[in-house]
Amino acid sequence: MNLNIVINTGSATPIYKQITDQVRLAVATGKLAVGDQLSSVRALAEELVVNPNTVARAYTDLAREGLIESRAGRGVFVTRKRKMFTREEGRRRLEPLMDGLIGEAMVMDFTQEELRAAFEKKLSQCQRNFGKGGNSINE
Amino acid sequence: MNEQPVIRTQGLTRYFGAQPAVYELSLEVPRGGVFALLGRNGSGKTTTIRMLLGLLEPTRGGGSILGYDIRSLPPEARARIGYLTEEHQLYGWMRVRECGDFQSRFFPTWNDKIFRGVVGHFNLRPSAHVKSLSRGERAGLCLALTLAPEPELLILDDPAVGLDPVARRALVESMIYLTRRSDRTIFFSTHQLPDVERVADHIAVLDRSVLRACCPLETFRNSVRQVRLRFPGTPPALPKIPGLLQAFRSEGELRVTCVHYNGATEAALRGLAPAQMEEAPISLEDAFISYLGDRGEKSFILSETEAQP
Repeated sequence: MNLNIVINTGSATPIYKQITDQVRLAVATGKLAVGDQLSSVRALAEELVVNPNTVARAYTDLAREGLIESRAGRGVFVTRKRKMFTREEGRRRLEPLMDGLIGEAMVMDFTQEELRAAFEKKLSQCQRNFGKGGNSINE
Repeated sequence: MNEQPVIRTQGLTRYFGAQPAVYELSLEVPRGGVFALLGRNGSGKTTTIRMLLGLLEPTRGGGSILGYDIRSLPPEARARIGYLTEEHQLYGWMRVRECGDFQSRFFPTWNDKIFRGVVGHFNLRPSAHVKSLSRGERAGLCLALTLAPEPELLILDDPAVGLDPVARRALVESMIYLTRRSDRTIFFSTHQLPDVERVADHIAVLDRSVLRACCPLETFRNSVRQVRLRFPGTPPALPKIPGLLQAFRSEGELRVTCVHYNGATEAALRGLAPAQMEEAPISLEDAFISYLGDRGEKSFILSETEAQP
């Protein structure tokens, strides 16, 4: 696995969440591609020096999201990014995230133009991981 | 999970003079995984461990370990328990290798590969004299001696005390290595919350001789929450809030830490009519310090406690 997960103890983010966040980000930015294999629970636990149950918990969460999949006897792999929500549900969940982003940007005194440019730049960085839209579920 | 717990105590109590060192302790340690016993200095951790191993007579109450009464542990029970004390008692005139040879005679289940493995992991030369070892090296040697008989239950009394960061990491690595066997249980006391965060499945918290929490680590983290409330002017006075542990006020802001955070807590806070209210996640260390702080109300966290999101 070409993913370098970094664990910080003493953080407000629990370790299992640090793992899920970093895997999610790696998939979103293309550092991890569909079909890439992840370390086994045991191997990652020993590499990161954390309790294997913590890694298992992180993998369970990621598998529930449809981001990874455990294939019997072969290992854990990044799967196709399945759609988890209906369009409507997706919009409902997107709304507060955008409010948060825009609110924070206002507080930090960004102009609309600056924010738009920053957003575009980010989008282009993770272009190849976006879906084609539409309404299908678990396509 | 209905399996018998490896350690169970009921009302375990020990007085030294008029002072209870451990008071009415009732806890269960499930088989498999890593259980951390936390608490400030003098909260009763070592006294608890010594009673569990039959090294100290309880004043009242009792318990069992691997199903045996702690007041009458037979040798075959002791053979299945590995115990590492705070003191790291060793014979100074022996060499590292000789310590292993000597100890191995007492244990039919001695696995010399493990002994050599742990000794190597702590970078100890087998020919080194024990009296020349540093504190961390002695800890490594003691750990090797304790692990080599492959105990079913490993009890470590503050194993990290006095260790440098490298030795401490080697200790935590050894503990994680041990969890390869899912039927093995580690019960350890410590002050090192970073280590707890890395290895512990369950925790128990002792506070001035009394048990204050006994639950999965995650339950503890979910139970102690901090919320930040913003106000246009000076924050209002705080009403009675259930489970309040700590409150910090500054200009335009109130930060409140609560235990058993739930709908009622949230309603009470919303009643203050803040302009903005959001959760401010805290570290395990901050949660622990708030929980054991003197200001808040005393409460108890158990695994059955449902923390509301």
